[in-house]
Amino acid sequence: MSADDVVSPRDTILARIRANRPAGEHPRPDVPRFPVLHAGRPLEPDDYVGVFETNLKAMGGKPAPEDADDLAALVRRLFPKAGVVASRVPELAGDIDVAACRPQDLAGVDVAVVRAAFAIAETGSILLSEAELGVNALAYLAQHLLVLLDPADIVASTQDAYHRPEFKERRYAAFHTGPSATADIEGVLIHGAQGVRSLTVAMRPRA
Amino acid sequence: MSHPQEPDRHRMIHPDLAVSDDEAPRSPDGHRLEHGAGTSRPLRPRSHEPQPRGARVHGHRPIDQNEAAARFIAAPEHEQMHDERLWDLRQKRDRQMRAIPEWEELREIASRIKQHTLSHLDTYLEQFEAAAKANGVHVHWAEDGAAHNRIVHAILRDHGARRLIKSKSMLTEECGFRHYMAASGIEVIETDLGERIQQLDDEDPSHIVVPAVHKLRADVADVFARKLGTDPDNDDVHYLAERQREATRPLILEADAGLTGGNFAVAETGSIVVCTNEGNADLSGNVPKLQIHSVGIEKIIPQVADLGIFVRLLSRSALGSPMTQYTSHFRGPRPGTEMHVVLVDNGRAARLGMEEFWTSLKCIRCGACMNTCPVYRRSGGLSYGATYSGPIGLILDPTFDKRKYSTLPFSSTLNGSCSNVCPVKINIHEQIFAWRKVLAEARELPLVKRAMMSAAGKVLSHPALYRTAIRTADSALKVLPRFVVYNPLNTWTQGREMPPVPKSTFHDWYAANHPAPAEDPTSPEAKP
Repeated sequence: MSADDVVSPRDTILARIRANRPAGEHPRPDVPRFPVLHAGRPLEPDDYVGVFETNLKAMGGKPAPEDADDLAALVRRLFPKAGVVASRVPELAGDIDVAACRPQDLAGVDVAVVRAAFAIAETGSILLSEAELGVNALAYLAQHLLVLLDPADIVASTQDAYHRPEFKERRYAAFHTGPSATADIEGVLIHGAQGVRSLTVAMRPRA
Repeated sequence: MSHPQEPDRHRMIHPDLAVSDDEAPRSPDGHRLEHGAGTSRPLRPRSHEPQPRGARVHGHRPIDQNEAAARFIAAPEHEQMHDERLWDLRQKRDRQMRAIPEWEELREIASRIKQHTLSHLDTYLEQFEAAAKANGVHVHWAEDGAAHNRIVHAILRDHGARRLIKSKSMLTEECGFRHYMAASGIEVIETDLGERIQQLDDEDPSHIVVPAVHKLRADVADVFARKLGTDPDNDDVHYLAERQREATRPLILEADAGLTGGNFAVAETGSIVVCTNEGNADLSGNVPKLQIHSVGIEKIIPQVADLGIFVRLLSRSALGSPMTQYTSHFRGPRPGTEMHVVLVDNGRAARLGMEEFWTSLKCIRCGACMNTCPVYRRSGGLSYGATYSGPIGLILDPTFDKRKYSTLPFSSTLNGSCSNVCPVKINIHEQIFAWRKVLAEARELPLVKRAMMSAAGKVLSHPALYRTAIRTADSALKVLPRFVVYNPLNTWTQGREMPPVPKSTFHDWYAANHPAPAEDPTSPEAKP
């Protein structure tokens, strides 16, 4: 066999697929946008914060107390023993310059404060991408995560979320739905498996 | 105990596992938390017993699942916890399903999107590749598991990597990746707790979502004491999980590369989507300078918007939790780092051409069929001796090795529950039955079994020959192969053995007690 005859694995696989194409027409189905139901009726914008917080709590996350004063006081109140605080929001001056760090440098962070790109009421999820995190690993190496969320940034459903632009624009984007968790041993639920031990969400309009 | 609205909620298969002290965390409102794979009620085994091990694998010889299942059943603490935990996941799934009126519509849409994608897979793979390359991602194609392992090894070698952290991936299990890498001098560290337990114990994952579900806390304490130096007498679950976190964190920080599997690969954007509860895929993909994602070619979906269907179904079906803690979308490398995607065939393109079985490629690896299966729940995933266990395993495994896994399609009651819970509507139980026919017709039953079946057929079709044979051997049980006597169709639950061999055959007894005219017992023409 000459070198010209060598078929790349890519072409071999694609040729196999073409040779084995299943019979029949399989058109793309129409995908309707389903409403999220709340108390028997479709969710309305006034419900978003309440439903988001209910679902966040069911997933192990915590809404920040509503009477919270300024952000620095909130951090001290929620994490009285915290040493290093890393902030990615203009509302709070943190202890380190996250953008200048390597991922490994963030291992000593006790509390990371970030702002969510947006959130989903249906599941209690918030989205974080490189734009919010600066260094993506911050959201996993920190011991605790405090997330600011503008109530105007909540969408109703997971389906709505996937029509947002972030998934086509950001190189990395992750939904966080509560903190890192495992139940791999006897089904006993534990927070702080490999990532953050707690996730708190504070409702704060964007500055 | 019972909730007024849900009278069945606390009904247990094994009430003796119920305990009053609850280790589960609570929400700020005081509600018991049961997200992720957390149980919806406290369960504890009553006492310690040694962990039953999986099937004994002898090269390509057929797996004796019944033998391994019998040992699992003979360990009641393990079997009952396993049964109860998985049934609990099934019940949690049902509650999530009932809260979504459009559930059946979602299943239908998901199934049709998958069938559409699979029947246009070449086009969508090319679209994925073009999009990923435009994002600065290196795309590799692997024809089989060996090629996958060589490709990943070469990427690691080119970067001088010494340690790889990885998140759970059934594809890498299928490729035997860890075993391959053991000889490479590059250390591989699993970062999912369950998978790490299995790695440290040198066992395969027993379930595709909860890899160590067959183990009890004392088993984990034993493994961690031996491998991580924990207190062998402390089997507190929080203690064990925390010690693993402490032991793994430095390994994550010092890793040279990270590897994840992929739940979905989006053709439109070239993104890899990974769902975890621990955030370990995010550590693997975001801490080291080199990230690799190994993905089966059937994981392609056309558009980002399709995730709005699949993500809604996946964790609800798997764990009865509305979402995994982390749903992560890797679209391109971070500045100054490299991102590689390895697209793996390993038999998938061939499966596409199997008329009765190609729709098994719709599988999104949720494990719902395993959780609901009475055979799986009572025999344990390792009894299948294969990468994929439970109902989905019965229809995937024979495509990898028809002889080795020829017995697995018989490990089913064909009750159809697997098909009913499947979020992408794979007709699993019908495919299980179809595999039985294929294996019989293609004579893929092992040679020894085939020879014995043939001999048994001859003896059974000649009554006189049969009687002679019995007399010679004292018992039909010594003439008929074990395979015939112990029909795999119905042996999965039992510890039954056949009765002891009688001292004389019925015919001898009858002849001795009812003297009759002489008759040539060996003559085929003799009337019974």
